[in-house]
Amino acid sequence: MEIWITGIGLVSAAGEGRAAHLAALAASTPAPVDAESHAPFPLHPAPALELDRQIPKKGDQRQMEPWQRLGTYAAGLALDDAGARALVAEMDLIVAAGGGERDMALDESVLAALAALPPAEAALQLNALLAGGLRPTLFLAQLSNLLAGNISIVHGVTGASRTFMGEEQAGADAVRIAAARLAEGRGQAALVGGAFVAARWDLMVLYHSAGLLRQGGFAPVFARDEAPGAIPGTLGAFLVLETADSARARGARGLARVMGVACEQARRDQADGSAAAARRALDRLALPEGPLAVLSGATGGAVPTAAEREFLAGLARDVTLRAAGSRLGWGVEASFPASLALGALMLSEGVLPPSLEAAEAPFEAPPTDLLVTGFGAWRGEALAHLQAIPAEEQP
Amino acid sequence: MTDVDSRGRPIVAVTGIGLVTPLGFGVAKNWAALLAGTSGIRRITRFPTNDLRTTIAGTVDLPEEAEGRVLTATPRVTRMATLAAEEALAEAGLEGGAFPGPLMLGMPPVEVEWPHRFELARRVAPDAATYPALTLAATGWSELYETAAFQTVGETLAARFGTRGSPVAVTTACATGASAIQLGVEAIQRGETEAALAIGADGTVQPEALIRFSLLSALSTRNDDPTGASRPFEKNRGGFVMSEGAACLVLESLSHARARGARILGLVRGAGEKSDSFHRTRSNPDGSAVIRAMRNAIEDAGLTPADISYVNAHGTGTPENDKMENLAMRAVFGDAAPPISSNKSMIGHTLSASGAIEAAFSLLAIRDQMLPPTINHVEPDPAITLDVVPNVARAAKVENVLSNSFGFGGQNVCLVLSGAPN
Repeated sequence: MEIWITGIGLVSAAGEGRAAHLAALAASTPAPVDAESHAPFPLHPAPALELDRQIPKKGDQRQMEPWQRLGTYAAGLALDDAGARALVAEMDLIVAAGGGERDMALDESVLAALAALPPAEAALQLNALLAGGLRPTLFLAQLSNLLAGNISIVHGVTGASRTFMGEEQAGADAVRIAAARLAEGRGQAALVGGAFVAARWDLMVLYHSAGLLRQGGFAPVFARDEAPGAIPGTLGAFLVLETADSARARGARGLARVMGVACEQARRDQADGSAAAARRALDRLALPEGPLAVLSGATGGAVPTAAEREFLAGLARDVTLRAAGSRLGWGVEASFPASLALGALMLSEGVLPPSLEAAEAPFEAPPTDLLVTGFGAWRGEALAHLQAIPAEEQP
Repeated sequence: MTDVDSRGRPIVAVTGIGLVTPLGFGVAKNWAALLAGTSGIRRITRFPTNDLRTTIAGTVDLPEEAEGRVLTATPRVTRMATLAAEEALAEAGLEGGAFPGPLMLGMPPVEVEWPHRFELARRVAPDAATYPALTLAATGWSELYETAAFQTVGETLAARFGTRGSPVAVTTACATGASAIQLGVEAIQRGETEAALAIGADGTVQPEALIRFSLLSALSTRNDDPTGASRPFEKNRGGFVMSEGAACLVLESLSHARARGARILGLVRGAGEKSDSFHRTRSNPDGSAVIRAMRNAIEDAGLTPADISYVNAHGTGTPENDKMENLAMRAVFGDAAPPISSNKSMIGHTLSASGAIEAAFSLLAIRDQMLPPTINHVEPDPAITLDVVPNVARAAKVENVLSNSFGFGGQNVCLVLSGAPN
C-alpha cells in the first residue's frame, strides 16, 4: 500500500510551519545562531511560540516543560497541516523521545550542599533534599512516554501509541514502523515525530561528554573539519503519514510518497563500519538509476560525517547533496522526521535550496526522488526514499 | 496444521523464555516461588532509605553489587536483560550464534544519575558545581555518555546476541514490556523477519525514582510489612510496590520454529492497544480505553471473550487501577468473567519489565495448567467482584490467557497468549 506524507509540523529556529521552512530552504544563510547563552557551545534557539494556538488549556501547558510543549505544539501543527483532525481517534502515534527537563536549580543546590561530603554521607543526606525539593509535576514532565501522553490528551490522538528511545535512530525507526504498519493495512494514518530543545545544559553535559558538540561559530555541517561537532537546534518535527487511498478519499494532497525507510546500526567493534551498515540499508530501498539528490542528516561530528562521505562516494553516481543540519541544526530524536519534512517540502514545492558550502553542488534539475540520510552522532544509520507525487495522482 | 492465523498472518510462536525477578534468577525458580505464593518484596538495603516515605521494594541483587558497588540504571538493566536473554536463547537452542532477527527492547528512560553528578562536582571543586561547569568537567568522559544515552542498552544487547538491524527501544510506561513483545510479533506477522528477540527490563529502584513515585502518592507505605505490602484487589490495598527485573521471549514464526525442530512453548496469538486521552496518570473512569485494548487483543487473536480461560491482571494494587480493571473485566466478559490474578502481589510492579514478565508467567500458566495466586488477599473488597485466585495457586484448564498492561500516560496494551498448536 502506498504511503504519503500529508502533513508536516515543523518548529525550528527558522520559525514554524510550511512558509517559514520554505523560506529557510530558499535562503543562502543558515538559521539564527545563539553563540552566547550556552558558550562555548553555539545553538540554534527556539522561536517564540504562541502556545495557546496548539495547547489551548493553560492547565495542560502547566503540566509540561518546554520539551513536551514543543512536541505537542509541533504535533498539532502537523495535524492541522494535513487537515487530519477528524482522523485522530484511530490515528497511530509513534514518538521518538528523549528525556524531559530536570530541575537544574535543585540539582545545583543539592551538589552545593553535598558534593564535598564523603559519598556515604552524601547518600544519607540526598534523600531528604530530593524529597523536599522535587516537584510532583516535574516527574510527569520528565517521563519520555508522556510526550505521547500529552499529544493524546491535547489533540485526542488515541490509536496505537508507542514511544521509541535511542537518539536519532529512534526518530528513524518511528517513521519506519509507522509506515510499515500503515502499509500492511493497520490503520489509515499515523502521527510520527519528535522534539528537541537545544538550550538545555542538562543534555549538553551528556552530549559534550562524548565530544558530540561543536565549539566555535557556525559552519555548514560538511565544513567543520577545524572543529567537528553538532550545533544543537531546537526542533519540533511531526509528520502525518497516510495511506494514499485514505488521502484521496478525503481529498487531501500529499507532499511526497514514502517509498521506503531502512535502519541499521553498525557494530563499531567489528570490521564493517558505519558506511557498510548504511550500504545494507540502501540495499533495502529501490532508488531509480541516474543522478541522485540527497538530503543529508549529517550532524557535523567527525566520525559519522566521514562515514557518510564514504558512503556517498561509494554510491559511484552523481550526487547532489543538501544538508538539513546546516539549515535546522542537530535535533537528535527530531532530526530524521525533520529531514523528511524538509524533503517532502522540497519535492512538493519544487524548491531547489541554494548551496551553503562546497559539498553542496548546484542542482542540474528538480529531483523527483530524494534519498534522506541519518547518520547518528554516536550510533545508527538510517535512510529513506521520498518521491514526488505527480499532479495527476493527487486528488 | 497451518502456519498462518485467521487473518493470513504468520503465527507467532514462543520458543524460549527467560526470567529475572526479585524471586530469583531463572524460569524454574521464579515459577516455583510464584505458585507457592512467595513474596519477593523486602526492605531496601542497596541504598540508605532515611527520609523516604517508602522503604520497601522488590529488588534484584546482582552479584556485582554484593561488594557495595553502585550501579546506575543502564548497567543494571543491561545485566538483567542479558541474563533473561541468555536463558531464553538456551531454551530455544539459539545460544552462541547470531540471532536471526531484530531486538525489540522495552526499557525505562535512563539519564545522568547522582553518582555521575557527584563525580563531576568533585572534578569542578572547589568551584561551584553549576551545570555549565559540570558540562566542561565532562570533557572526554565518554563513559558518561555511554551510561546515560538511550541507545546504549540496546546497542550492548544487540552486539552481545548478534541481532539484526537497529535495535528498537520502546517505552510505554507500565505497558512497556508488552509493547516490546507486540513490536516483535508485528514484525513477524508482516513478514519483515522470521524471528525477534523481545525483552522487557527495568532496574530503576533508586532514591530519586522512589521519591518521584511517592510524590504522586502511587506507592504503598506499608513499610513494616514488606511481604504484605502489595495487595492487588484487596480492600486495604494502598498503592503499588516498586520492583525490577527482566523477561525475554524468543519469538519466531511457527514455520521457522518447526523447520528447525524447535520446541514450541506457546503462541502470542494476538495483541491489542488503545490509548487514553483522559489524564496523565489516571484512566478514564468509564474504562473505555482499557476495555477497547482488551477487546482489540481478543479480536486480534481471532477469539471471543468466552475463549479466554484466565486473565493475568495489570493488578498494581493502587485503589484506582484495580477498581478500573474490575469494571473493564465486567464490560468485556459480563457475568462469565474468567479468573484473574496479579503477579504483582508477589513480585511488585516491575514497571518497564512487567508486561514481558507477565506474558512469560501467562505462558507458564498454560504450560502447567496452573493459575498463580493473588497473595495478601485477607479482606475482600466489595467493589471487586472477580475471582482473583486468592492466596493459593489453583489447577485449571488454561487455553488462552489475556495479559493486561495499562500505563501512565494512557498507553494500554493487552496480549493474548495461547498453548502450542497440536
